[in-house]
This record gives sequence, C-alpha cells and structure tokens, in this order.
Amino acid sequence: MIPAAFDYHRPDTLDDALKLLKQYGDQAKVLSGGMSLLPMLKLRLASFAHLVDINRVPGLDYIKEEKGTLCVGAMTRQATLERSDLIRSRYPILADAAPLIADPLVRNRGTVGGNVANGDPGNDHPAIMIALGATYVARGGKERTIPASQFYKGLYDTALARDEILTEIRIPAPPPKSGGAYVKLKRKTGDFAVAAAAVQLTLGKNGAVESARIALTNAALVPVEAADAAKYLVGKTPDDKTIAEAAKMAAAKSQPSADRRGSVEYKREMARVLTARALKKAVERAGRS
Amino acid sequence: MAMHKIKVTVNGAAREAEVESRLLLVHLLRENFGMTGTHVGCDTSHCGACTVHLDGSPVKSCTVLAVQADGAQVTTVEGLEQGGKLHPVQEGFTEKHGLQCGFCTPGMLMTTSALLARNKNPSEQEIREAIAGNLCRCTGYVNIVKAVQYAAEKMR
Repeated sequence: MIPAAFDYHRPDTLDDALKLLKQYGDQAKVLSGGMSLLPMLKLRLASFAHLVDINRVPGLDYIKEEKGTLCVGAMTRQATLERSDLIRSRYPILADAAPLIADPLVRNRGTVGGNVANGDPGNDHPAIMIALGATYVARGGKERTIPASQFYKGLYDTALARDEILTEIRIPAPPPKSGGAYVKLKRKTGDFAVAAAAVQLTLGKNGAVESARIALTNAALVPVEAADAAKYLVGKTPDDKTIAEAAKMAAAKSQPSADRRGSVEYKREMARVLTARALKKAVERAGRS
Repeated sequence: MAMHKIKVTVNGAAREAEVESRLLLVHLLRENFGMTGTHVGCDTSHCGACTVHLDGSPVKSCTVLAVQADGAQVTTVEGLEQGGKLHPVQEGFTEKHGLQCGFCTPGMLMTTSALLARNKNPSEQEIREAIAGNLCRCTGYVNIVKAVQYAAEKMR
C-alpha cells in the first residue's frame, strides 16, 4: 500500500520544525516514530500534504531524573525506555508497559512522545501518564505545560495546537512507599488492549492509601481517569474488599465500544478485573519500596 | 511532486536514488535497488517479513520512508553472508530446519542476528520475545528457536 502523495520535510532544529508547522497549518503533520502515522497514511485513513520529520532534531531523546522529576524526551524510543535501568528500578508502571507495547521491532522506532501525543485511545502511555500525574511540555511560539489529565479531548484530538510540538514528558518522582502497575489484556502481540489499567499510589505510615490515581486504556474515546475509585481508596487500607470496590467503581467509568476485541460488557468486566490486579500489584510494590 | 535525492549505504555499498516522499524503504530496496531478499508480507507492520537493520537496529521497512533512510546504514538479508560464509543464524536455520516455505525467513534472520549482536546468550524466552514481531505460519517457531540457539552456540 502506498500513501497518498505528500511533501517531506526534515528540519535540523526544533525552531525550523515549528516554522514549518506554522507555515503549513492543518496541512502539516509531525512525523515522530511513524509507527501509527505511516500505517494510517498507507491505509489512507489519513492524509497530510506535508510531513515534518523530527527524527533528526537533536536533544529530544533522553531519560533523566532531576530535582524530583523524571524527564523523558519526546523522541525517546520505546526500546530505550524498555532497556533503561532507571525506569526498571524506579518506575515499575512504565517497566510493566514497555514490553507490552506493539512488538520489539515497532518499539525500535516508536517513540514515547508519539504515543502520548497521538490521541489514540488504544495507546498505552496516556493512561499511564495520567496515573503518574505527568505533565507534557509543548513548544510552539512559547513553551507551555499541559497536565496529562487535561490533554485528551477526543479521538485523535488533544490540547496540542496545530503549530505546537510535544517535546518532553515530566513525571513527578514517586515518594517513598509508592508503587505503580500497568496490567493489560491483549489478544496477541502487536494488538491494542482489550482493556488495561494503570495505577500509581502511595501508602501512609499506617499502611492506608495516602494518594492514588487510576486510569484505563481503550475504555472510551479518551483515556479514562477513574478519579472516584481513587478517591474512595484514600484513607482506607487496601485489602481485598476495598480493592474490589475500587475496581468496580473504576470499571463503571469505562465506556468501551463493542468490536472484534469483545462486547461492551466483556470489556467493562475486564477493566474491573485488571484494575483490581493493578491495584494489588501497586500496593505490593509500595510496601516494598 | 517533490523528489528527494538520497544516499544510503546498503550492505556496505554506497547507493544513491531519487525518490518520491512516499516511497517506502522496502520498495526502495526491492524495486529501485533490485534486492528482493527483503519480503513484503502483510504490508501493515505486523508480520516482520520486511525487517532490515537501520543503523544497526531491526525495523519493519514497510513502515519507514525511503527518504528517512537518507544517510543511514541499511543491512538486508543479502548482507548477512560475509565473504561467501553464511552468518551463524543462516547456518542455524539450515541445520535446524528453521523454515518451511521461507517467506518469513529474511525477517527472522534480520531480527535474530540483531538479537545475538546484543545478547550473546539469550534464553528461550528472550528469543521468543525478540521474534514476537515476526510471524511464521509454518514452523510453530520451535525450530526457529533451535536455529537461534544453534547460532548463539556457534558465535560463542
């Protein structure tokens, strides 16, 4: 399959990339890893007159912790995230997700920034970033930050303006007694989630939940933050009973659509089961940290 | 239509081409350069038959633009053999019967040769995870895993 014709631009600097976006407006699309965009162009589900390839823009590929914040450059490949010792040792929720995204060859090209900026509800990082309380850095005329929880507006529709590029993801480093987990059900390698749950929480001195965030992948047109379920857990001991109740509340927030991956009822039930599993795993990890 | 003059090093040899923006890397290799070892399978970045190394990293060449490979080093299955001697993974696939129809084999060879360059002693699980993006409809993967284990042994 051959995409409809387009012009290809390969700027060497972020400023040049932004100029191209400004110049071509709605006709332009940023090409990051291309693992979602190129298939969509080939299937002719989308077409753009201009692609702005940011793969050679320097300084967008890094993973570093500074002043209590984990900073991930937008062009960081999924494979780099997967192999990062920092991620493995300090951010188990990201380490859980890394090997579950697409397949190893796709992860060699696909980027974290592309995954969060794409606005596809099947992408895994959006729910995870909401659970982690992340903010996205957008560069346009000037730089601004957008909380992940306020970024997703609709199907492929985000808070990012046409002439902005998402450059960095900032994640608050978890305090002691924190744990996170991502649990995903998929039919096969490379498939999007039937359902998946992202949990990040912190326990207090008495073992009760001090703070928690829960979000679901592929449960609606945008990632679903289950704020009520998280709020319910705060101040409570996370045992089988409270976890089951929170999982039920989270699943009630999901609005999946029926497709080849299953019926609405099945997907909602899986969201409940996976939320409970993610909560259990997160609590165990928090207890150990 | 904007055309782009690109320079790509394929299996160590400098190549040039003038390409449309939308030309895919796999078509550059097969049609412009006549190197048909790299296969087009599903053409939707699922099956991995089109896997090549782009600057050392295995990628699906049906989902990379040719123009994106400008200035890059590309290795295809034709480049695995060195001086008339098969690469250990090629030898492994022969010895352990790692293929039947052979359609997925170029992709399998590229993925597994990259795996062994990174991990000299992969476990069976690691081999299976590494080839998760390469589909084989004949072997059930059992002999492919054996072939990679053979190659790993050979390379030690």
